[in-house]
Amino acid sequence: MERPLTKNIHAGRQPLSLKEYTTTGGYIALQQVLKNNTPQEVQQLVQKSNLKGRGGAGFNTGMKWSFVPMGADAPQPKYLIANADEMEPGTFKDRLLLEGNPHQLIEGMIIAAYAIQANISYVFLRWAYKKAARVLEQSIHEAYEAGWLGQNILGSGFSLNMHLHTGAGRYMCGEETALLNALEGKRATPRAKPPFPQVSGLFGKPTIVNNVETLCCVPHIVNNGAEWFQSLSYSEDSGTKIYGVSGKVNNPGAWELPIGVTMRELIEEHAGGMKKGYRLKGVLPGGASTDFLTEQHLDIKMDFKSVAAAGSRLGTGTMVVMDDATCPVGFVHNLQHFFAQESCGWCTPCREGLPWVEKILLSIEKGEGKQEDIDLLQMHTQLLGPGNTFCALAPGAMEPLQSAIKYFRDDFDRHIREQKCPY
Amino acid sequence: MLSKEEIQDIDHEAAKLPYKKAAVIEALKIVQQRRGWINDESVDDIARCLEMSAAEVDSVATFYNLIFRRPVGRHVILLCDSISCYVMGYKKIYEALQEKLKIRFGETTADQRFTLLPNACMGCCDRAPALIINGELYTDIETETLDDILLKYT
Repeated sequence: MERPLTKNIHAGRQPLSLKEYTTTGGYIALQQVLKNNTPQEVQQLVQKSNLKGRGGAGFNTGMKWSFVPMGADAPQPKYLIANADEMEPGTFKDRLLLEGNPHQLIEGMIIAAYAIQANISYVFLRWAYKKAARVLEQSIHEAYEAGWLGQNILGSGFSLNMHLHTGAGRYMCGEETALLNALEGKRATPRAKPPFPQVSGLFGKPTIVNNVETLCCVPHIVNNGAEWFQSLSYSEDSGTKIYGVSGKVNNPGAWELPIGVTMRELIEEHAGGMKKGYRLKGVLPGGASTDFLTEQHLDIKMDFKSVAAAGSRLGTGTMVVMDDATCPVGFVHNLQHFFAQESCGWCTPCREGLPWVEKILLSIEKGEGKQEDIDLLQMHTQLLGPGNTFCALAPGAMEPLQSAIKYFRDDFDRHIREQKCPY
Repeated sequence: MLSKEEIQDIDHEAAKLPYKKAAVIEALKIVQQRRGWINDESVDDIARCLEMSAAEVDSVATFYNLIFRRPVGRHVILLCDSISCYVMGYKKIYEALQEKLKIRFGETTADQRFTLLPNACMGCCDRAPALIINGELYTDIETETLDDILLKYT
């Protein structure tokens, strides 16, 4: 089983230096691309590999790139941004890549920038990743010194500058248009689409924003080809995925595995099963904004289509396990508290609706709930659902709520009937 | 008044960007780094420095949760209250901190030593519960190990 993204990352070891990265095959893909490929060829290769965005949305990366205006008439400068604002609760996969092998990301970014002919690139890193910030700063410096960044890279005529931007908090910054506003020094509120960032993004110029894990796949696709990348997976989605498990399991962590491993394999083998005395009650398969799945879904494949068919989303692929000693109402209240707090306030349904949902859940949890509260919550899952808000934050928040009411209805009813939390 | 070094650092950031205003988050971070928090005077000073209105600066300063618009203690404790830490028992850690420091979320100890704030997911959910003090990350926190951690900060 191949683990292209993490084969050189070992727990407790220092991140790969430039020298170590190049001796393990690093920057060969970049040389190859600059020497032998047109930008369009790189776009086509990545599109053919069927690499899908690893940040949660799962859009074909090569196709995203193909929307950027190319040629002499294209607006300048164009921008390439690595979204390293990993803030989806329960998600800790990009940290591994950033801290373990920073040059893999940098090489992926340079190739992606070449593919869309962008000359300025940013890593948008969340403030909390202090170690990653130190590591990236050092690595970007090394890449400049070695001539992988800067003017006329390897005499190809292609130039790229790279900057590290560390945020000042707020979940919203992970939404790609809000991220652009944050980079422009504004409040991180989302922008109306269209125009899409590919056409009018940072400072009004064509911009691609890709997740860290997505960009890290790019050098490997160049080195080994689209067919190889497709062959890595157990399903129709290509490649490997960094999956993670947190909660009361014996061995919480993150592992690179073929896309399409089952939830059961992840939880029982890699995460070592539930801790003694606890049973699995529910799982958020891809972060806080994905629908609950339960024990009956353990054998589904963790790929985009299978998780969707089961009624949830692959999201970031890092799952949170809810055990039978944790109150589902309290669990969902915690999630809604997060979403209500992180709502940017730009659109009314999200700004007003989420705090209302949070308050209802808190009153049920405290034993002050009324039977009609369940109807009110269900009504909110519609009113804050897709199409009714400006961005995906509130619809994402409604996913675990609607599925909690579906799967754990007894727990909600019991809180209301007994006028206390039974946990 | 901003110091010479602060103005220099802000100008350095602004020079990388298409227009001055775009450097406002960096400017707030630069000033907070030196002064601990952003007071009204600093908002005015940054506004003048970047040729924008004080209201515009404040709209940005109040949006981002790690820009502090109120005074904080010498050390800021950020305790993760998101879902994995919830499952793994951050509330016990919070209770222990309340008992030890006699402050709740949003408060500062009387001796100005610590400010305690809740914070969203820190991206180390496999090692929950977690907290950050002055940028330093601590994971797999237990109530028994809290004293050793707090002792490092005087």
